[in-house]
Amino acid sequence: MSDDDDLVFKALADPTRRALLDRLFVRDGQTLTELESELAMTRFGVMKHLRLLEDAGLVVTRRQGREKLHFLNPVPIRSIHDRWIDKYTEHHTATLLDLKAELERDDPKEKP
Amino acid sequence: MTTTTTTGTTKVYRVYIKATPQAIWDAITKPEWTRRYGYQGIAEYDLRPGGTYRALAIPEHQEAGMPEVPVEGEVIEVDPPVRLVQTWRATWLDEPATRLTYEIAERGEGVSSLTVTHELAGAPQTLAQVAGEIEGAGGGWAEVLSDLKSLLETGSPLYA
Repeated sequence: MSDDDDLVFKALADPTRRALLDRLFVRDGQTLTELESELAMTRFGVMKHLRLLEDAGLVVTRRQGREKLHFLNPVPIRSIHDRWIDKYTEHHTATLLDLKAELERDDPKEKP
Repeated sequence: MTTTTTTGTTKVYRVYIKATPQAIWDAITKPEWTRRYGYQGIAEYDLRPGGTYRALAIPEHQEAGMPEVPVEGEVIEVDPPVRLVQTWRATWLDEPATRLTYEIAERGEGVSSLTVTHELAGAPQTLAQVAGEIEGAGGGWAEVLSDLKSLLETGSPLYA
């Protein structure tokens, strides 16, 4: 499924598209109007980015009445993760990510 | 879609699998398959509207503190091998039952898509659980579906 992986990486290689995913992560199931409200971009531009995210499987849409809602689909990212990180090493990776997050906090609880 | 979605409390997951809709249907509804991926619960389905659903934890997981029946629910709609709607309640949480919809569609060239819509209004802890947000409690639907894809495409799960 390397073609699929290519689509995921290409979709993620853009700050606007990552910002769209971040917004869906915070609140899932948003309309185009909601998603474009905080982006300095035309409606058409946002639609284009959403289309690329949808093609990569990172966004799934559902119709609700007259509205089209956008949902973040983490499965393709999980599959890429699973390909290189097994359950055993996952623990160590998570520990290192926690450490990084802790060290990079703006306001650490206590400085070393 | 007739499904009512509420912003923020509905989760939609989709995975494309090189498998027939029937193979995916079996992997969701037959215990000999559910045993082999994800949380390895043993599914007990009475596949008719009003029928019961129970997921039984395997002995190893029960020893690790999981309840005998971690998930229970009621079958609402059955249309094999394309659509299954049921309720889904995490028995160890004091939260209302949630609504779960499986939709399977043939996409051509031997590939089928499985879309899982989980409506979790009023069940924030269940949502955190199935979204994989609880540390040490597994990766939720994303992990389960990625594992299911691996099992059906390669014959072995990711975490054999």
